[in-house]
Amino acid sequence: MFSHLRTIWLTFLHLFKKKVTIEYPEEKVKLRPRWRGRIVLTKDPDGDERCVGCYLCAAACPVDCIALQATEDENGRRYPEFFRINFSRCIFCGYCEEACPTYAIQLIPDFEMGEYKRQNLVFEKEDLLIDSEGKYPGYNYYKVAGIAAGVKAKGGGETEEAPVDIHSLLP
Amino acid sequence: MTVLQHVLIVLGVLFVLLNIAAGLIWVERRMLAMWQERLGPNRAGPFGILIVLADTLKLFFKEDWIPPFADKWIFITAPAIVVASVLMGFVIIPFTPTIIVADLNVGLLFFLAMSSLGVYSIVLGGWASNNKYSLLGALRGASQMIAYEVFMGLSLMGVVMMTGSFKLSDIVMAQKNMWFIVTQPLGAIIFFIAGIAETHRLPFDIPEAESELIAGYHAEYSGMKFGMFFIGEYLGITLISAMMATMFFGGYLGPAFLPPWAWFFLKTFAFILFFILLRASLPRPRYDQLMETGWKVLLPLVLLNILVTGAVLLWLKG
Repeated sequence: MFSHLRTIWLTFLHLFKKKVTIEYPEEKVKLRPRWRGRIVLTKDPDGDERCVGCYLCAAACPVDCIALQATEDENGRRYPEFFRINFSRCIFCGYCEEACPTYAIQLIPDFEMGEYKRQNLVFEKEDLLIDSEGKYPGYNYYKVAGIAAGVKAKGGGETEEAPVDIHSLLP
Repeated sequence: MTVLQHVLIVLGVLFVLLNIAAGLIWVERRMLAMWQERLGPNRAGPFGILIVLADTLKLFFKEDWIPPFADKWIFITAPAIVVASVLMGFVIIPFTPTIIVADLNVGLLFFLAMSSLGVYSIVLGGWASNNKYSLLGALRGASQMIAYEVFMGLSLMGVVMMTGSFKLSDIVMAQKNMWFIVTQPLGAIIFFIAGIAETHRLPFDIPEAESELIAGYHAEYSGMKFGMFFIGEYLGITLISAMMATMFFGGYLGPAFLPPWAWFFLKTFAFILFFILLRASLPRPRYDQLMETGWKVLLPLVLLNILVTGAVLLWLKG
């Protein structure tokens, strides 16, 4: 019986405590840097697309909301011809970000993407691309990859040594 | 009092009560939120008070569905009974010395009769729904109401013995020097507990019990028929609070700086808030625990209360 009265009294005291409600449109929610929200395609420091069209994000996606078609430019650099994310299906699990070998696809702390028409939730490549390096500044896939695709000469990468001249006898 | 005045009083009381019952939707949601460290509905209109309008409109536009397996006419009548019987209960309550619909000399008995009629809406509603959860809710409702009605009446008998009248205006005037809460504390507490059970509010919402019986006796109800049960519940809270204020806290009596109706309103509102506070703080007891407390603890206590009151009255007289 006493515990009941104590419960009632303690509940009453909550009237004077600070409320936890965040009044959203006026007061914004504080999102952490690693919060998984809107999906973007980032660019490397030179301002070129990072995406190499490997389809790993589309394969990892549990709800199959990513669609893309890879193609190559004249230098042999791969890029997506189109890249489409259907955000009405996306569950923001972040598997695409984990699967991406080039840090191209990233989830950023932004959730304010409501639309009145469902078709508007299908984002094309130009909606997804941002002029930023995202969470990995300074990273350029083609500078560390072994393939020459117009970004660096053969052996000119960050971790590479110049190619050995096999016709020379010098050490 | 002319006929016109009388009609005006009836309409005025009806108007105020229905508005209070609707407004309680907002009060309850705001206060519950406050006690849970939330803000509650605060968007529609000033302080969110228009949530009442929004809720009512929503209920009106919901599909008013009667299950094909239900007993149609009883199904329709049941929600009306709860509102009607509770509103009838307000007939005998003196809001001020002059505003009272009918100052019956058996006023208290009339109140008890009307509040026990309310159980029909639960039983009929649950039975006519032809649904096992509804029927279970209705069964629980019936046994709970019967159990708690017994000592709801008995808990008021102490007051009646001290006043010597069933007339509510007499009972209020008898508290001119001393509220009955001082002389009848046990009766007041037990009446309040019985009142919670009678309005089947939390923590005694056994017939409804949404976590076990979905929505109990009104699981099949939708639209405004559900709204009637809803309004009936809030009217019930108001009725019990008003009775509590009248019987034990001096009704409209109070220092002269506020008019009588304001005192009555303040006291009633305090009890309404306490009802909501109880909902915010206490868990629902098990069905058998409720019955056990009712029959084995509260009934003997209330009988003891009557015995002691009678003895003291005799001793004072002789």
